[in-house]
Amino acid sequence: MILPSVTHPIGDFVRENVPNILGYLPEFIQPYIPSAEIATFININICMVAIAIIGIAPVPVLIYMERKVCAHIQCRLGPMRLGPHGVLQLVADIAKLLFKEVYAPIGADKFLFYLAPIFVLTAPFLNLCVIPFDKNLQVADLSVAIPFILAMNGFGILSTLLGGWASNNKYSLISSLRSGAQIISYEISFAMILLLVVMLAGSASLGEITASQSGHFWDWWIFKAPGLGILAFLMFLVSSTAELNRAPFDIAEAEQELTGGFHTEYNGMAFAMFYLAEYINLFTTSCIATVCFLGGYHAPTIGILAIDNILNYVPGIVWFLGKAFFVVWIYMMFRWTFVRPRVDQLMALEWKFLLPANLLLLILGVVFLAFGWILP
Amino acid sequence: MSTNVLLPGFREAPLDEDFEEFYINMGPQHPSTHGALRLVLRLDGEKIIEVVPHLGYIHRGMEKQAEKLNYIQYIMMSDRQDYLTAIQNNLGVCLALEKGTKIGVPERAEYIRVILAELSRIASHLVFYACFGGDLGGQTVLLYGFKEREMIHDIFEEVTGSRLTTNFFRPGGSNKDIPDTFVPRVKALLKHLESALSDYDRLLTKNIAAMDRSVGVGVLSKEDAIAYGCSGPVLRASGVSYDVRKNDPYSIYASLDFKVPVFYNGDCYDRYLIRFEEMYESIKIIKQCIDKIPSGPYRSKEKPIFKLPNGSFYAATETAKGLYGTYVVSTGGNSPYRIHTRSPSFGNLAALNTMAKGQRLSDLVTILATIDPVIPEIDR
Repeated sequence: MILPSVTHPIGDFVRENVPNILGYLPEFIQPYIPSAEIATFININICMVAIAIIGIAPVPVLIYMERKVCAHIQCRLGPMRLGPHGVLQLVADIAKLLFKEVYAPIGADKFLFYLAPIFVLTAPFLNLCVIPFDKNLQVADLSVAIPFILAMNGFGILSTLLGGWASNNKYSLISSLRSGAQIISYEISFAMILLLVVMLAGSASLGEITASQSGHFWDWWIFKAPGLGILAFLMFLVSSTAELNRAPFDIAEAEQELTGGFHTEYNGMAFAMFYLAEYINLFTTSCIATVCFLGGYHAPTIGILAIDNILNYVPGIVWFLGKAFFVVWIYMMFRWTFVRPRVDQLMALEWKFLLPANLLLLILGVVFLAFGWILP
Repeated sequence: MSTNVLLPGFREAPLDEDFEEFYINMGPQHPSTHGALRLVLRLDGEKIIEVVPHLGYIHRGMEKQAEKLNYIQYIMMSDRQDYLTAIQNNLGVCLALEKGTKIGVPERAEYIRVILAELSRIASHLVFYACFGGDLGGQTVLLYGFKEREMIHDIFEEVTGSRLTTNFFRPGGSNKDIPDTFVPRVKALLKHLESALSDYDRLLTKNIAAMDRSVGVGVLSKEDAIAYGCSGPVLRASGVSYDVRKNDPYSIYASLDFKVPVFYNGDCYDRYLIRFEEMYESIKIIKQCIDKIPSGPYRSKEKPIFKLPNGSFYAATETAKGLYGTYVVSTGGNSPYRIHTRSPSFGNLAALNTMAKGQRLSDLVTILATIDPVIPEIDR
């Protein structure tokens, strides 16, 4: 195995945090890699490709799932024509979008207009880097993973603001102002809830947060702090739905009011980027919920040895994805059953209800820790 | 694109010059303007200062065309006015023509008319329910409402031959007789409708998010409602009990037992509730009629060429949207000298600015949904 020997703060950081995938390569390839710097470079690139695959692979499943779940709620069949039960529908959709011309409207700021769909994909991909999908399946186990996630979420809103502003459309402009206000508000309660988990787990690293939930299923944070965990999980669902800009809190998109909001003027693959980012974000947020509340890759063991052995035999990533898709399913059910609140009502929900409740929850967390009311 | 120019149709400068106002063109292509309606909004941020509806995007010159058609052919045109209540429009035109010709209507035909008209009212109100939910952002509600409406249209298809533009009633009766399967099908539908409506009631009526969006939004006072010539559910939600079926009964409505629901707040929630109540009342009316359909002719003696005597004739009906009036002026020929339609949506839409002033952009969508306008009826 080639050990890189550069001395550079970023290089050191990468070497410490990025697993050396080159170690897994066959030996006959290794002599052809001339130097350690190139090895590090290749290493990072392999990680990036892996993340791109991990990020994009669930999207067709998510979109198909969304269509089928919403069809089920609305008493219809959903896509049925292309392929068995319509599984190829998405392929047709993407083919259509690929062949459409992407153009900017008259008066649009062309540079920013085309920059926004590129930006929109960056944040969710970077978020995926810190998610532990299995015990050793993680690109970087940052010690500051939670602040990193919050920062990336804040970065994600930039594309909405840019896209809305650059479109030279008043609906888009209103939409980006709405979404700016919404994300700034809901980021606070989103952060507060994650802060509670950090406080309980004693670490901001997602690897350690997962490790703190090892054991049986009642050791997950949703159950470990009795009552508190479930409340925090529900509030996480509400605030992350707003953070994701998903219906019923999609006041920025608001088809009935703003004809699609910030992506009104986008078409073809530029629109597909926004669409893709929406679903990668959905997956990423579900992953965060899984790590913070549902025990990450740990099997839901119940304390009976015979059953636990079977459960532990299933790979961790299967448990992880199972839990993540369960959270996705909750988001979807939520989306298709509620009507959209008005802008001021959504803000009132955050500032008058969720934020005080979060502060209360944080205080309760301290009380729980001080009195040792956490389940052993 | 300069935007700070006072557009035609707007009144002069607002009272307070501090805010920065701008204009938005909502429609004619917009997901929630329910057809080709164009609204020009004058906004301060998201607050609405003024709304000016611009009409005429789907004007087809129906009233002018009618002067070249004979009377029977005009019935077809009325389908294309309010396409959600085509049956009731047919009825309105036929009543006006019957006043001119003094043609009698057999009792069987009256029953067929009332049953179909009330079914049509339910279908129209279901579309309202669906669009109201959809405009609030509940896509599921949108599809639920259309489900039962399709069942009603299945019955229309069997009876009249078409689902939407029925072209069914004729002066003196109807085009065809009802088939034998009609009565059992309507009975089965009513049974299903009652459970479905209570489901829908549970889904949206007490839904806290929907209530937040509609209670106290778009209030229309009693005086304004009357002044703008509102009719139908919009008028009755503002506390005026006026229903042509009760106050100026036509057909056999005088002999039927039904209530005219009235609400007093005049907000979006009341306009929603009143349509729900009306659906229950319509079910009650159909139940009274369905077992009593007498046998006999479905149409009085047909004439090959239809002529109205010299003079003018007017008949009003209560459609799902409100008061639908047809005014026919004849000079004795087989086509009218002039036909004018008093369309309910026009009066209701006129009150939009009064309702929407000071509300948010999102509320405008709610208000427009509860007015439930059908644009082809306004433009004709």
